Amino acid sequence: MHTLDSVDAASLRSDIPAFRAGDTVKVHVKVIEGNKSRIQVFQGVVIARSGAGINETFTVRKVSYGVGVERIFPIHTPTVDKIELVSRGDVRRAKLYYLRELRGKKAKIRELRDTPKTSA
Amino acid sequence: MGTNVKGVLGTKLGMTQVWDENNKIVPVTVVQAGPCVVTQVRTPETDGYSAVQIAFGAIDPRKVNKPQAGHFAKAGVTPRRHVVEIRTADASEYTLGQEIGADTFEAGQLIDAVGTTKGKGFAGVMKRHGFHGLRASHGVQRKHRSPGSIGGCATPGRVFKGMKMAGRMGGARQTTQNLIVQSIDAENGIVLVKGAVPGPKGGLVFLRTPAKEA
Repeated sequence: MHTLDSVDAASLRSDIPAFRAGDTVKVHVKVIEGNKSRIQVFQGVVIARSGAGINETFTVRKVSYGVGVERIFPIHTPTVDKIELVSRGDVRRAKLYYLRELRGKKAKIRELRDTPKTSA
Repeated sequence: MGTNVKGVLGTKLGMTQVWDENNKIVPVTVVQAGPCVVTQVRTPETDGYSAVQIAFGAIDPRKVNKPQAGHFAKAGVTPRRHVVEIRTADASEYTLGQEIGADTFEAGQLIDAVGTTKGKGFAGVMKRHGFHGLRASHGVQRKHRSPGSIGGCATPGRVFKGMKMAGRMGGARQTTQNLIVQSIDAENGIVLVKGAVPGPKGGLVFLRTPAKEA
């Protein structure tokens, strides 16, 4: 419980799916052109989540026409219409900055199948 | 004095961020403003000028000395910790004991914020005055953060008064002018001020109408 929780509560969003680094997401971004608003989809791999609370952001990376593109979104920003979880990734790091150095097949992330068996 | 000045005392709670109507992130300082009470109204007839004195903050009544206790009793309020005076032309519109809160201001208007800056202790010239220091290499030895020359030799034969040197930094009253009020929550007495306000969290902050409206 922090002092400013009550102030932040107004801006926090509750419709954000649970996702972590390695997951592939579709981010539906509201784009305003003049007085028209449309939705643009940015699909890529989440390579980092940083910060906490109202300050939390996530970084999505995709390779577009051979050029790496990364976008950082605040998790609670109203400019994001919705976040769609496409697939879960099997990764062992919280930050996947090493993907920036990799190309082609090496830059692929294995998909996470089911929930891992817990040894009883 | 022909201007109507409004003001309110409060506590700085900290900083956070909100989104404005254009979905831009705005850094804000959260100030718990008030509740303040009017403890004295000064009029040109009795005091030679017109002003209103407001008080804020809880205090143990045992810690209040007799003269102060009498002053608060005269206004018909319980003793408060902090007292400030606001020189304003419309002081006669205030009544003793009147409550002043966050609704003094409205969203979008400019205000000045007065506070006491965080104490930095004995600070060197780079931190205190923004000097650049000396070079990192090229023969500089153990003098990387020093000020360099502080004056001439036999003429003038002394260091000029006011020379910027190392010393105590912070802990001084500071006014930050023309901050924008982002929004107001009158119910909870919360004022969101765009940008930074001097002082630590929990510090006393005085918000008032700007002295120099830009």
